[in-house]
Amino acid sequence: MKARYLIPLGIFLILVVFLAIGLTKDPRDVPSVLIDKKASEFSLPDLFDPTKTVESSAMKGKVWLLNVWGTWCPECWREHDFLLYLAKQEQFPIVGIDWRDDDEEAKRFLRQKGNPFLAVGVDPESKAIMDLGVYGAPETFLIDRQGVIRKKHKGAMTQKVWRDEFRPLIDELEKG
Amino acid sequence: MRRLCLIVLFLALPLAVHAKVDAYPFDDPKLEARYKQLVAELRCLVCQNQNLADSNAELAQDMRRLTYEMVQRGESNEQIVAFMVERYGDFVMYRPPFKNSTAMLWVGPFLILGVGVLVLFLFVRRRGRAQTPQLTEQEQERARRFLNDKQT
Repeated sequence: MKARYLIPLGIFLILVVFLAIGLTKDPRDVPSVLIDKKASEFSLPDLFDPTKTVESSAMKGKVWLLNVWGTWCPECWREHDFLLYLAKQEQFPIVGIDWRDDDEEAKRFLRQKGNPFLAVGVDPESKAIMDLGVYGAPETFLIDRQGVIRKKHKGAMTQKVWRDEFRPLIDELEKG
Repeated sequence: MRRLCLIVLFLALPLAVHAKVDAYPFDDPKLEARYKQLVAELRCLVCQNQNLADSNAELAQDMRRLTYEMVQRGESNEQIVAFMVERYGDFVMYRPPFKNSTAMLWVGPFLILGVGVLVLFLFVRRRGRAQTPQLTEQEQERARRFLNDKQT
């Protein structure tokens, strides 16, 4: 057999390798360009009292989490218990942005399941979340004392993500 | 009769499922053209193989509205695209700029075309060479005879 008959096989194998690498990557995972940049300031109507506003500037000087969620998002239901754990057991400050949601539905959700948020702003027109480069829910941002985004997690927050990715960074931020 | 009714019903179906499209009013056709160009070139982050114009995702609706507002406010195409890129990265553009990270994207197809043309060229040349057969005296004689036969 001549070696040149092996060329198509070789090309095929190279293709297989490339496609296999492609399969391990998530095409929906768009890397954020906002990491280590100042988080855009927002001022949104308070979910529980529309006459008040929820301001990001109120969190200045703290290391805190910003969680974008909505009752329409199944993963938000899934992560809710863990957010409650963070708020209640670890006393970690979390501010919520309720994105494109029905206000009444959101209030009912938080009353029934518990409210892990210090405050919840509503963003029915995607104004604030677009400034944060959000394109899905849930997304969780870790913001430092100077108001800089240090980390962003897409999808449900879990024990594992918290322990492996957030906690070490938070310890560092709170020390410094 | 029943069949006819059914056909009429099916014909009417497109009217019923007519998609909700947000049409934005423009006084200036130039602005409208710019808006259309922008929503065609910006990518929807939710359904990533669609542009903003085609996507029905809620985020795409909001991004369209924002684009509309910015166009109406008199911001340039570059400003609007820069605004989106600042938030969502180069990914938001269907025509990303030429950078190290996008070099393969731009050059790749031409590279592959080049390789293809090269292979074709070599192949054809080798074939051409292989087809000039070496004939012995006898064979040439036979060939001449055949050719002469045909001519006569």
